[in-house]
Amino acid sequence: MNDYNFAYLDEQTKRMIRRAILKGLAVPGYQVPFASREMPMPYGWGTGGVQVSAAALTPDDTLKVIDQGADDTTNAVSIRKFFEKTAGVETTEETEKASVIQTRHRIPEAELTEDQILVYQVPIPEPLRFLEPRETETRKMHALQEYGLMHVKLYEDISQHGAIATAYAYPVKVEGRYVMDPSPIPKFDNPKMEMAAIQLFGAGREQRIYAVPPYTQVVPLDFEDYPFEAGKADHACDLCGAEDSYLDEVILDDAGNRMFVCSDTDYCRSRREAGHSGRLGEEAA
Amino acid sequence: MTPLLQVKNVAKMYGARIGCTDVNFDLYPGEVMGIVGESGSGKSTLLNSLAGHLPPDRGEVIFDTRTEGPVDTVTMSEPERRMLSRTDWAFVHQHARDGLRMPVSAGGNIGERLMAVGDRHYGSIRERAADWLGRVEISESRIDDRPSAFSGGMQQRLQIARNLVTGPRLVFMDEPTGGLDVSVQARLLDLLRGLVREMGLSAIIVTHDLAVVRLLADRLMVMKDGHVVETGLTDQVLDDPQHAYTQLLVSSVLQV
Amino acid sequence: MIELNNVSKSFTLHNQGSAVIPVMENASLSVKPGECVGLTGASGAGKSTLMRVIYGNYLAASGSVVVGGVDVAKAAPREILALRRETLGYVSQFLRVVPRVPSLDVVAEPLLAVGTPEEQARDKAASLLAQLNIPERLWGLSPTTFSGGEQQRVNIARGFAHHYPALLLDEPTASLDAQNRATVLGLIEGAKARGAAIIGIFHDEAARAQVCDRFVDVSGFSPKAAA
Repeated sequence: MNDYNFAYLDEQTKRMIRRAILKGLAVPGYQVPFASREMPMPYGWGTGGVQVSAAALTPDDTLKVIDQGADDTTNAVSIRKFFEKTAGVETTEETEKASVIQTRHRIPEAELTEDQILVYQVPIPEPLRFLEPRETETRKMHALQEYGLMHVKLYEDISQHGAIATAYAYPVKVEGRYVMDPSPIPKFDNPKMEMAAIQLFGAGREQRIYAVPPYTQVVPLDFEDYPFEAGKADHACDLCGAEDSYLDEVILDDAGNRMFVCSDTDYCRSRREAGHSGRLGEEAA
Repeated sequence: MTPLLQVKNVAKMYGARIGCTDVNFDLYPGEVMGIVGESGSGKSTLLNSLAGHLPPDRGEVIFDTRTEGPVDTVTMSEPERRMLSRTDWAFVHQHARDGLRMPVSAGGNIGERLMAVGDRHYGSIRERAADWLGRVEISESRIDDRPSAFSGGMQQRLQIARNLVTGPRLVFMDEPTGGLDVSVQARLLDLLRGLVREMGLSAIIVTHDLAVVRLLADRLMVMKDGHVVETGLTDQVLDDPQHAYTQLLVSSVLQV
Repeated sequence: MIELNNVSKSFTLHNQGSAVIPVMENASLSVKPGECVGLTGASGAGKSTLMRVIYGNYLAASGSVVVGGVDVAKAAPREILALRRETLGYVSQFLRVVPRVPSLDVVAEPLLAVGTPEEQARDKAASLLAQLNIPERLWGLSPTTFSGGEQQRVNIARGFAHHYPALLLDEPTASLDAQNRATVLGLIEGAKARGAAIIGIFHDEAARAQVCDRFVDVSGFSPKAAA
């Protein structure tokens, strides 16, 4: 027993957040303002995601928390412990077993199902913000679908780097209507966003919630002559040998040796358990 | 011929104070009209009311649209008006900084209007941006530089290129040569004249500089205290002013 | 072509005690195509004023000023502009141009304004400048830097570039040497020959005698009170 209300937030707050989530699902990609609460963690640590997760969790749920794909980083561990303590829900590191997955900056490699909810932590929900600082103006631009400015950003990329250099938080258009920031996931993950699971996005400091319902069209913005490409490091995972997963680069020593490993730790572990092995698989295992 | 713009009884009040009132005129395709008057005469208020930046309290601003013919822009929906201001209308601000996106390269600044109306081909956007830089006499090699690295005159020319790239039919200009030194002014005036003739532009130019309107404007409207006191052919108004205020204005110009 | 009927003109100086200065009364004048009328009268008699009234530069107080079917005294600005573009040319004593524009373009501009193809307009401008002895090395320069005589010749070239059916010439031969003067008089005779109605002010009596078919003394239009 503990003295917290289920999942930390009081019931009225959770209802308020659920209303915002439902509105978000009804208008895919639209940023719904909500009365973000103070959470017992600093902004930037996932306060928005935590509030959305708290509102979505039921006592029967199994929660998984990842940070850049990993289950074992400080951020992931502390949020997982937070809900173990305040909600008493089961937690897991296995993607398939989780019913709610809170993520910071990644989509798991394993395909998600209709029984799952993916909750993103979002730092800046407004994709137009970097070019148009006025909130009144960006809201009007969304309302009137004036999205030329997004392409100005991509134009600048190409003119400066010869290609669209935006590698994460790559803007998308949802169901042909709203331009949305997918949170800072690598653009490698963008094609996965047309998925079976519900995707919820929470920005605590900016007080916005938005959502993508299952099987919704999510199209990355691009130019006809510079089409979107979901890039990743041109390697296989050095531990599990996977060639289709998003990789982290790890520097091994001062001599410049390095290795590439799956950023999704659960995916890598399950592949190795199934007998797959990469370049450094044996010794590292 | 249908006027491109018909202004009928336009008035804008600031509380009890008059911004501008009883303004009526027709502007035909290819015509350039100057609005002159001292600071506070209501000329900028009028320009902003016409361009949809300020909602007028009274009156109609009827624009001859390409698709539907004459439409009152005051009562049209905001999306339509904003679309108009990205396509057939252009607005050149006195301070280039107000009309440019300073953190965006020159090419991006020019390309924005193209992308706003749906152009999605990087190569063609860039080509047109380069072409327009040439037309406003900025070296193509500066296409990836930010306007903050440009001189005042270059910034103003960039603003003009950014506005004209979509081939607008009506350009609003608020003191387009203000704040520039005279040699730069002359170059800009020459450029504007050429563009007006080549593109068959109609323009409304607000300025307090009578030399600018003499060179650019076909017609003149003189404002004082929110009222139009005199209108007519530019050289006639300047050389044979009828109203006391215009006579004062004309006689107050310093001779070089 | 040019018909003036009972035209009067006065200036009201609002800022100097609203003094009203009448300068012209009951001016009537008619010029047929192919005819050149010289305005005479002492300095200050109102020759230039009359021309400016015809050109629409000064606003006639009453009467009608009909040029090519348009009453300049009552026409809307754009009608006057169209008239000036197509029909009515004016060579003033002073050249007023945008600084920095090359002389060749200054001369070609009236042609471009009536839709002449650029190359053709420039060729015509070049031949006029050559005819008026403006050295070719100056064509690319703005006339604002030229001497008075050169400016005057650029001004004349500009006035004769487009074949206006009606022409107003204010001292076109002033400050020109004999050779250029002959060229200008040739241009005027050419314009007459193709049917232009011309009103001119010439101080140069020989020139006047050569091109003018008749004379009108503007002193006759002076207001009675002043006379």
